[in-house]
Amino acid sequence: MPDLSQWQGEREYVITNVVVVDPKKDRVAPGYVGVKKGKIEYVEPGGAPRGTAVPVFDGGGLHLSPGFVDIHVHLREPGFEYKETIRTGAMAAVSGGFTSVACMPNTDPPIDEKSVVEFILRKAKAAGFAKVYPVAAATKGRKGEALSEYHDLVEAGAVAVSDDGSPVPTAQMARRVMEYASKYGVPFVEHCEDLSATADGVMHEGFYSTKLGLSGVPSYGEEICLARDLLILKTVPAKYHAAHLSSRGSVDLIREAKRRGLPVTAETAPHYIGLTDADLETYNTYLKVNPPIRGAEDRDALIEGLKDGTIDCIASDHAPHAPQEKQVEFEEAPSGAVGLETTLSILITHLVRPGHLSLTGALALITHRPAAVIGIPAGTLDVGAPADLTLFDPGEEWVVAESELRSKSKNSPFIGHRLVGKVKHTVVDGDVVTTRLQEGE
Amino acid sequence: MNGLKKKHLLGLEGMTTEEIGLILDTTASFREISERPVKKVPALRGKTVVNLFFEASTRTRASFELAEKRLSADTVNISKLGSSVAKGESLRDTAENLQAMKIDVIVIRHGAAGAPHFLASLLEASVVNAGDGAHEHPTQGLLDIFTLKEKLGELKGKKVTIIGDIAHSRVARSDIFGLVTLGARVTVCGPPTMIPPRIEELGVEVETDLGRAIEGADAVNVLRIQLERQKVNLFPSLDEYAVVYGINRKRVAMMKPECIIMHPGPINRGVEITQDVADGDRAVILEQVTNGVAVRMAVLYLLCEEVQKGKSPTDGEVEEEKTDSRVI
Repeated sequence: MPDLSQWQGEREYVITNVVVVDPKKDRVAPGYVGVKKGKIEYVEPGGAPRGTAVPVFDGGGLHLSPGFVDIHVHLREPGFEYKETIRTGAMAAVSGGFTSVACMPNTDPPIDEKSVVEFILRKAKAAGFAKVYPVAAATKGRKGEALSEYHDLVEAGAVAVSDDGSPVPTAQMARRVMEYASKYGVPFVEHCEDLSATADGVMHEGFYSTKLGLSGVPSYGEEICLARDLLILKTVPAKYHAAHLSSRGSVDLIREAKRRGLPVTAETAPHYIGLTDADLETYNTYLKVNPPIRGAEDRDALIEGLKDGTIDCIASDHAPHAPQEKQVEFEEAPSGAVGLETTLSILITHLVRPGHLSLTGALALITHRPAAVIGIPAGTLDVGAPADLTLFDPGEEWVVAESELRSKSKNSPFIGHRLVGKVKHTVVDGDVVTTRLQEGE
Repeated sequence: MNGLKKKHLLGLEGMTTEEIGLILDTTASFREISERPVKKVPALRGKTVVNLFFEASTRTRASFELAEKRLSADTVNISKLGSSVAKGESLRDTAENLQAMKIDVIVIRHGAAGAPHFLASLLEASVVNAGDGAHEHPTQGLLDIFTLKEKLGELKGKKVTIIGDIAHSRVARSDIFGLVTLGARVTVCGPPTMIPPRIEELGVEVETDLGRAIEGADAVNVLRIQLERQKVNLFPSLDEYAVVYGINRKRVAMMKPECIIMHPGPINRGVEITQDVADGDRAVILEQVTNGVAVRMAVLYLLCEEVQKGKSPTDGEVEEEKTDSRVI
């Protein structure tokens, strides 16, 4: 492994010997990329001319794509620093090739006032790894009773509103959230769940919950809330984004809504693509997530939804939990799985390799499409765009192990899985930030 | 003696006909011991067994304890009350601390499905599932099967009906796994709110009409109805449950004359089963309890014997112990 410490802070250079992947232009071809003052200066095909004045970063034949964008992560700070911090989360992000992430507001205190937005931005900047965009709480304290101050929050830097972790509980409140958010041009991100329907369930309700004797969460628990919101959306023009879709019924609802021209976008998470409820037979709590991992029919429907554009993007829902919290009886364990560092590999292993999507099609799901949902300048190789780049080997095989993960918590549902695709270097604003990871920071 | 080739007994799911047969044959030997004036054999002498019961239990706990003592094992009973679990000690820490005292077997009853699997993944000791939430209660399943075989002979093709809150019943699941493996025709019966989704994919028939469920049955297993289920609207009242699903004299008259009536206990007299039926001559409830001790002796013996497998079969001490436990 060459000594890359010279690239720290280097602001003008050319990356040569890479296969440039441009998901927006649907192009994959050898080329070279010029970086200047933190921006993309040029992207050219073929081999770089010899004897350039600027330093040359030899990309070693790796694939180069826009830095990845994850619009749904939980950084746990402030309040739950024992699970993850903004710094460790941002490190995990770049380790997985993500240069921009949007963090959810279920912190303590929640992101329901501008001081918390400012705190997060400050911490992220000090860490100097991935860029962090806070998602503000839709309601004060995420209690679902009163609107939080969207003007202040968006002005401070929030890119969306959500009560994620929880749904907005009533139709009336959901309507007010959508109406008020529409003024500030930010999407309302809904965690779709009817709490009365999901009650004490701990895994998908189906054959496996019956076999394992675990209380089930029916698919309609997600679909009822989604249907409610889509009906409101017909009346109230707003930007609506459905978070972590898990069921076939949800995909059908979004497809129908898009057919009718409603302003809706949707995401799903890698664990709904790479696993099914059959995988819970060992009672492994690292597979306990909310909404739950569902059946094969649901996974197949989600893949169809990704192929036909019903689902706009992939977001990891990176949800760290400490070992003493997860290593307990299944029904006691909190829901959540980390995912920043396995997302690319899951896409390549379960979408590209089996032929569901091309490489550009899969990468679109974690570059310009999610960036467009929250309106950030990321996910493209446009000249003048921030030099946020990811260099990866699409063919490298690796086995997921706790020791490989940078995230503070290691609750990955893919531990032990052999996956294909590995990020090698990540560049943020022209800074090769992964070199600082290698120093063991 | 092949042994069970298993380190743990976590459930009847996935158990083969041969494995079940081995346990039942061993049970027959051990039941005889309970008839002796001195109810003891040295089979598990020097072995330490911990009974870790996180849920209340009379018969399962006493049954396991007696089985262990009759095998000459050293036993320790730990219940949730009065243990450090009340101080917030985790299941994992509880188990690892006990293991650090070099125990051989943990018998665990817990309210959470998967708790025994969790322990089995952490511990060196053998784990016996004495009931994990709504998942399995394998020794109950085995004693039910043993009782059925005694009364009905070959179980292949026999109709066995299980009545009650199937969705929340670990007894039902273990019975289903074991009986379907042995080729019995299992029917589950209860109100629709208590039939779990897609249970027919486990190889059973679903019937919400009690009359059709017990018609032509060779055996009926009546499950206890828990009052807590009424509170979450799984049925409106105990009275209505008794009227629609209760096993009373009238229902018994609808059954085949040879049909036996079972119940895992404890009984809610007057709800799922009436006093006179429970005490009547078709019910084999107390025989199930007697068989339960023998089944547990067999299971513990076979699991511990497996652990001893490293010893040469011609080892005098082992041979003697084996002969001891087998000699009438």
